[in-house]
Amino acid sequence: MLKLERINAAYKDLQVLWDVSIEVNEGELVTLVGPNGAGKTTTLKVISGLLKPTSGSISFQGRSLRKESAHKIVELGISQVPEGGKIFTGMSVLENLELGAFVARARQDKDRTLKWVYEIFPRLEERKNQRAGTLSGGERQMLAIGRALMSKPKLLLLDEPSFGLAPILVDQIFDMITEINRQGVTVLLVEQNVRAALELAHRAYVIENGRIVGQGAGEDLLSFESVRRAYLG
Amino acid sequence: MHVMLVQSLVFGILVGALYGLAAVGLSLVFGVTKLLNVAHGELLMFGGYATFWIFTLYGVDPFLALPVTMIFLILIGVIVYGLLFARMVKLSEETKIQNTLLVGFGLSLILQNLALRLWTADDRGVTTAYSGWAFTLLGVRFPIVRVASLGIALAALGALHLFLQKTYTGKAIRATAEDWEAASLMGIDIHRIYLLAFVLGTAMAGIAGALVSVGYSIEPNMGLEWTLIALIVMVLGGLGSIMGTFVGGIVLGVTQALTSCFIGGTYREVVGLLIFLLVLIFRPQGLFGAKER
Ligand SMILES: Nc1ncnc2c1ncn2[C@@H]1O[C@H](COP(=O)(O)OP(=O)(O)O)[C@@H](O)[C@H]1O
Ligand SMILES: [Mg+2]
Repeated sequence: MLKLERINAAYKDLQVLWDVSIEVNEGELVTLVGPNGAGKTTTLKVISGLLKPTSGSISFQGRSLRKESAHKIVELGISQVPEGGKIFTGMSVLENLELGAFVARARQDKDRTLKWVYEIFPRLEERKNQRAGTLSGGERQMLAIGRALMSKPKLLLLDEPSFGLAPILVDQIFDMITEINRQGVTVLLVEQNVRAALELAHRAYVIENGRIVGQGAGEDLLSFESVRRAYLG
Repeated sequence: MHVMLVQSLVFGILVGALYGLAAVGLSLVFGVTKLLNVAHGELLMFGGYATFWIFTLYGVDPFLALPVTMIFLILIGVIVYGLLFARMVKLSEETKIQNTLLVGFGLSLILQNLALRLWTADDRGVTTAYSGWAFTLLGVRFPIVRVASLGIALAALGALHLFLQKTYTGKAIRATAEDWEAASLMGIDIHRIYLLAFVLGTAMAGIAGALVSVGYSIEPNMGLEWTLIALIVMVLGGLGSIMGTFVGGIVLGVTQALTSCFIGGTYREVVGLLIFLLVLIFRPQGLFGAKER
C-alpha cells in the first residue's frame, strides 16, 4: 500500500535520512521504532508531504507521492497525527474534528464519521463544546487521533502518541489504536515506547541515525539482541 | 465644557470605528500569513480613490458603490499577493521579516506615486448632497455620513466575524493562523488560505478607505499614517479577536480626540505611539487578547 524506496531526506544541508526503505501493506499495523533523533518524525514528514525527499521514490497505492503537496496527500487517504498532537488549541473540540474532515471526500460523510469517532473516544463527545486548549494531555492525544480519523484515512500515521502520558493512558491509547486498525485502517506507528509498540504491531522497523537497521515481525524483534540491549534493558 | 467632552467622545468613536476596520484587515493578514504588510495604508487609500472615482466619473453614491470598491480592492489584492507576497510566505523566518518589509515599503512608494499621477496631490473627498447633514442630540452633533460609516464598519466586521466562526473556509483560515503545518495535515491548501486572507484584508482596507473618503478626505501621502494607526490598533486589540481589534480602534480614536480637545491637536499622533509602547511593554498580548496561546 505504502512503499518508500531508498529515501534520502535533509533539512537544508543536514542530511537526516539515508536510503530508508519501508513498506506497509493494506490492513497492517506497522511500527517504526528508534531512539530520539533517529529520523522517525522526518520519515513521517516525507510520507505526508511536509518534507520533500532529496532522492528515492515513494508511492501510495501505486501512485507516486514525490510531487504531491501535503494537502493532496490527505485527499489521497493518508492522515498524520503529528508529534505532540498539534491540536488547534484556540478552537473547540468539535471544530477540531470538523477540520479533520476538511477534504471533500471526507466532508460528505462528516456526520457519520463523527459518530464513529465518538464511539471510539466517548470523552471527545462529552467535551465537544470545550476549547481544545483546556483538555488534559490524554484527551489532547485522543482529539489528535480522532481529528485524523475524521478524514477517513486509508493509512494512519501516528507520531509518538504515547509521549508524555501516564502508563494507564498509554495502555488505553494503544488499545484504541489496535481497535482502529481492526476496523480496517492501516497504521504506521512511530514510537519510542519500544516494548509496547512491538507487542502491538504486526511488523516493525528499527531506525538509528537515519538508517533502517532492523526489521521483522514484532515479536521477533522483541528478542532481537541489539533491540533488547538498546531499548528493553 | 461638558458638551465639548461628549462631542470629542462621539467624534473619537466615529473615527475609531474606521481605525478598527483598517486594523482588522492588517491583523487578519498578519495573523494568517505572518506577513506584516506595511503598504496596508496605501491599499486603504486606493479604496478611497476608487470610491472618489466612481462618484466623480459616474455619479454613483459612495455607499452604493461599496461592492464595486470592494471588488476593485480584491483584484488589487490578488495581483499584489500573487506578484509579491506569495513568494514571501515561503521564506524562512529571518529572511521573511526583512524581505516583507522591503517589498512592502517599495509597494507603498509605487502606490503613492501612482495615486499622485492619477489624482494629483490635492486633498480629495466625496461630497454628496447629504454630506453636510447632521442631527443634534443634547447639543452634540452627529454627522450623518460618519454615523452611517460606523454602521457599515460594524456590519463589515460582523460579517467577517461570522464568516470566520461559522463557515468551513473560515475555520480553515483560523486553523492556518494557529498552526499552518497542522492545517496542511488536515488537507487544507494553505497557499490558497493565505491568498484568501490577504484578499479579505485588502477588501476590509477598501471599505475603510471608502468610508474615509466620504467622512473625511484622502490624499496620496495618507498611507503611512493609516498603516501606523492599523499597527497600533492591532497591537492594542491583540491578535485574533475581531471585536478586540474594533474596540482597540475605538480606544485609539477616543484617546486622540480627547488629546486634541484638552492638550492640543499636535499631540494626537504622539499619544497613539505612546499607547502603542505602553501596551507593548505592559500587555504584549493586547488589551483584550488572551494571555496563553
Ligand atoms: N526542522 C529541522 N531542522 C533541522 N534539523 C532537524 C529538524 N527536525 C529534525 N531535525 C534533525 O533531524 C534529525 C532527526 O530528527 P527527527 O526525525 O525529529 O527524529 P525522531 O523523530 O526520531 O526523534 C535530528 O538530528 C534532528 O535534530
Ligand atoms: Mg520525533
